[in-house]
Amino acid sequence: MIITDQILEKHGLSKEEFKIIKKLLKRDPNLLELGVFSAMWNEHCSYKSSRLHLKNLPTKGKQVIQGPGENAGVIDIGDDDAIVFKIESHNHPSYIEPYQGAATGVGGILRDVFTMGARPIALLNSIHFGSPKHSKTKSLLNGVVSGIGGYGNCIGIPTVAGETKFNETYNENILVNAMAVGHAKKDKIFYSKAKGLNKSVVYVGSKTGRDGIHGASMASAEFDENSESKKPTVQVGDPFTEKLLMEACLELMKDNSIISIQDMGAAGLTSSSVEMASKGGLGIELELDKVPCREENMSPYEMMLSESQERMLIILEDGKEQNAKKIFDKWDLDFVVIGKTTNTNNLTLKYENQIVGEIPVEALASKAPIYDRKWIKKKIKKSSFNFKKLKKIKIEDALIKILSSPNHSSKNWITDQYDQSVMCDTVLKSGSDAAIIRIHNKDKAIAVSVDSSANYCKSHPITGGKQIVCENWRNLITVGAKPLAITNCLNFGNPENQEIMGEFAECLQGIKEACEFLNYPVVSGNVSFYNGTNKKNIYPTPVIGGVGLIKKLSKPLSHHFKKDKSSLILIGKTFGHLDQSCFLKENYSINEGLPPEVNLLNEKNNGESLLKLINKNLILSSHDISNGGLITALSEMSISSGIGAKILKPKKLTNLIEYFFGEDQARYIVEVEDNSIGKVEKILKENNIFFENIGFTQNEFLEIEGELKISTKDLFKINNEWYNKY
Amino acid sequence: MKFSVTVTLKKDVLDPQGKVVQNTLINMGMSDLKSIRQGKHFEIDVSENDQTIAEKKIDEMCRKLLVNLIIEDYKINKI
Amino acid sequence: MKSSVIVFPGSNCDRDIAVALEKMQFKNQMVWHKETKLPKSDLIVVPGGFSYGDYLRSGAIAGKSLIIDEVIKAAKSGCLILGICNGFQILTETGLLKGTLLRNKNLKFINKDVCIKVINNETRFSKKYKKDQILKINIAHNEGNFFTDHNHLNELKDKNLIAFKYSDEKGNVSENSNPNGSLENIAGIYNANKNILGMMPHPERMVDEIISNKDGINLFSSLLN
Repeated sequence: MIITDQILEKHGLSKEEFKIIKKLLKRDPNLLELGVFSAMWNEHCSYKSSRLHLKNLPTKGKQVIQGPGENAGVIDIGDDDAIVFKIESHNHPSYIEPYQGAATGVGGILRDVFTMGARPIALLNSIHFGSPKHSKTKSLLNGVVSGIGGYGNCIGIPTVAGETKFNETYNENILVNAMAVGHAKKDKIFYSKAKGLNKSVVYVGSKTGRDGIHGASMASAEFDENSESKKPTVQVGDPFTEKLLMEACLELMKDNSIISIQDMGAAGLTSSSVEMASKGGLGIELELDKVPCREENMSPYEMMLSESQERMLIILEDGKEQNAKKIFDKWDLDFVVIGKTTNTNNLTLKYENQIVGEIPVEALASKAPIYDRKWIKKKIKKSSFNFKKLKKIKIEDALIKILSSPNHSSKNWITDQYDQSVMCDTVLKSGSDAAIIRIHNKDKAIAVSVDSSANYCKSHPITGGKQIVCENWRNLITVGAKPLAITNCLNFGNPENQEIMGEFAECLQGIKEACEFLNYPVVSGNVSFYNGTNKKNIYPTPVIGGVGLIKKLSKPLSHHFKKDKSSLILIGKTFGHLDQSCFLKENYSINEGLPPEVNLLNEKNNGESLLKLINKNLILSSHDISNGGLITALSEMSISSGIGAKILKPKKLTNLIEYFFGEDQARYIVEVEDNSIGKVEKILKENNIFFENIGFTQNEFLEIEGELKISTKDLFKINNEWYNKY
Repeated sequence: MKFSVTVTLKKDVLDPQGKVVQNTLINMGMSDLKSIRQGKHFEIDVSENDQTIAEKKIDEMCRKLLVNLIIEDYKINKI
Repeated sequence: MKSSVIVFPGSNCDRDIAVALEKMQFKNQMVWHKETKLPKSDLIVVPGGFSYGDYLRSGAIAGKSLIIDEVIKAAKSGCLILGICNGFQILTETGLLKGTLLRNKNLKFINKDVCIKVINNETRFSKKYKKDQILKINIAHNEGNFFTDHNHLNELKDKNLIAFKYSDEKGNVSENSNPNGSLENIAGIYNANKNILGMMPHPERMVDEIISNKDGINLFSSLLN
């Protein structure tokens, strides 16, 4: 068969890439081989545009057992416990079919975690939609939330934290990032590296259908008017089968039968077999006749590219097949030996006793062209408006605008659709700075949070990158956890566009700086490019998922005010930075200027000192200050507890709007018992931390001396209206 | 005028419910069962006397709401 | 006291109930649905989750398992049976409890801590509770809307077979305090013999103060005496 330009285009391969393929094979590929290359060489699997930049991220540390390169990252949390976690995107499928796109996103990330031997213990998600006024937003929101709940609830893993944001930039390209966290024993981590010759390659799980053929290519292609016609590539998730698969795998993992195991995700059988062989420096031979098929007359091409869900590939030790099959029979799952490892270093595909495809493994795994895409630095655009000329606004009105906005309203409408309590180890749920999950049967817990700041990243990518790592770090500190490591999902537009590539390069620079300074390495992650439609690209949206450790669990530290008449201390200095703030966006629709500066030294010192105070049981409640500034953070503490506060006017004559709505970084509000104030102030002074005593808690009202007095009941009402009305 | 609409999953789309129901029936002794797929059935009554126009209206209902065109097919029958 | 927890493919609150039972000093065994015999048990628990994915109808397929015949036999001979959430759905599908659980009124999955009132505090399951005691307890379901016919509803009322009703914190039973549209706010019921209790809320999630409260403990301690 002659490979025409049209066929190449359909496979998402360029003419240059085709030339390289011919060189590697020393002949023309047949259609099956071309399909295999297209799956392995697309952006989603090969990271060809991002690899060069990702190499610079800090990935090591005392706490890191496994960094990027495996199905998920692994960190050491002491004793013999390890935490396995990763975040991944499922943006394009979710735009086309929101329920199934989101559901299969959750399914995929769960497999990445339990394939390493970890029982998943928490799910998180970061979802971004277009403007609420956009015609598709409501149905997308409904579909995605139902899909996440439908899958997570059915498989019985609590969905405990997340963020939901609205911004016109996502009008035609929503983002659905799903994160899974699992618990494993340090000495029982399973990797995907194939070892040994003539070992059985076993297929387990659901049967293979025609789902998602060319899904991986779709993820790497922008949408245009013809996106609707991409419909048939969406997969349907089956959380029930995944639950069976998870239990069967975890059961098999109790003994030493498994040499290596990999889930079949993007590019299904192709990527899993190639990656296992490549990591082990081996070849792999598959007899495609043996692949369990759901549909009749499936061709080898379809079998290799199918993205049917809920399937794994396992390489077993000799002699362990019978016992393994018993386990999978118990759980009513397919278990078929479909191939073996070889020493040919080739991916050899056989069908009806003939070789129908043969490609050197390394050509697929590591010879994908790596692009050093041209990029340009972000042009700095200072703000052009004159703050003094803006229409005056009362603090109360500005605050109400923020608290009642889609981005700030209470997310209970969403989180009530997720089972947060199943597995009975959820100590602190959604709505907190971070969720806390107890390690089963143990005294310790982990804290998890997921965060992003697209507006900051758009206006100044380096600062945005730094800021988002710091905010995530702060969210863990503020619940009393020591931040250990992160996973990142990098959602960007078209990398062939120099500005977009510049945003990518610079955001990563910022992320790198912050991660290095805070000893907060990246252990796993995902890149999603081509989030754009008709040449309009999304704002750069790196999403950071962080995990921290609480060594000894006592009463969880939340951001709810605990009692009245406690003192409130503001840790960190306030400069009143309003550019890129929620205040300007919600009240004046102004999006200009640069984000607040990030001072990594202050972030580190302030956070570590707060952790010291928390560990000495000197803090009643704690909250980090981010979007919306000080008054928004105080409101959140009031709304969640029903207890208000009385805030004194700042001692230095300052513009009150700047003081209360400024989004300066490295700041926290802490509630301290009156008789502990002395001790707290002493420790802060000893550590050179800038702090201010800003007032005290009081029943019923949130008050700023002479400027604002609003009841906590009203605050609650204002904050809980939007989703129900929408 | 009364119509029935049968909504089924498209041929290549996974039917997790059908799969489980099929296995259960087979385990209950119905060994002759070759396959089963689950769908939805709507019975719709419209106050339109012209069949062609009525069917067009039913078709619009299907396309706009009743059917997920991405993964489902549908058949309209006059009752 | 000996307990057995039946595990179906897709059950996912089985570990949770096992942990709660062991914490309350029950000698517990997990029983896989393919077993044809039940170990000697004083209490059999059908746990929550999504048995068979809730496909076809919640609990419909689990209701046809081999082990269910043994559960039915045990129930008829007076063994105590507790069905929680999906377990309640399974018990109605088998006929051990009458009525059915429909889709929540608002058509969405609901996970919340709600209040329930103890309507009958004189059974093996509830004697450690006070009459009309209000419990704060977690619900997590898509199909928790209890429905039954007139005759059964009258029987439930006449024979004092309603176990719990959704209420507010003060005990008012009204539409406002009904999270899923259940008939007369019914959250749990007994069979005529009062040896079988089916309930939608999760008592096993309310035995540990670090994650919630201890309002579920008295259900288990009632059983122990």
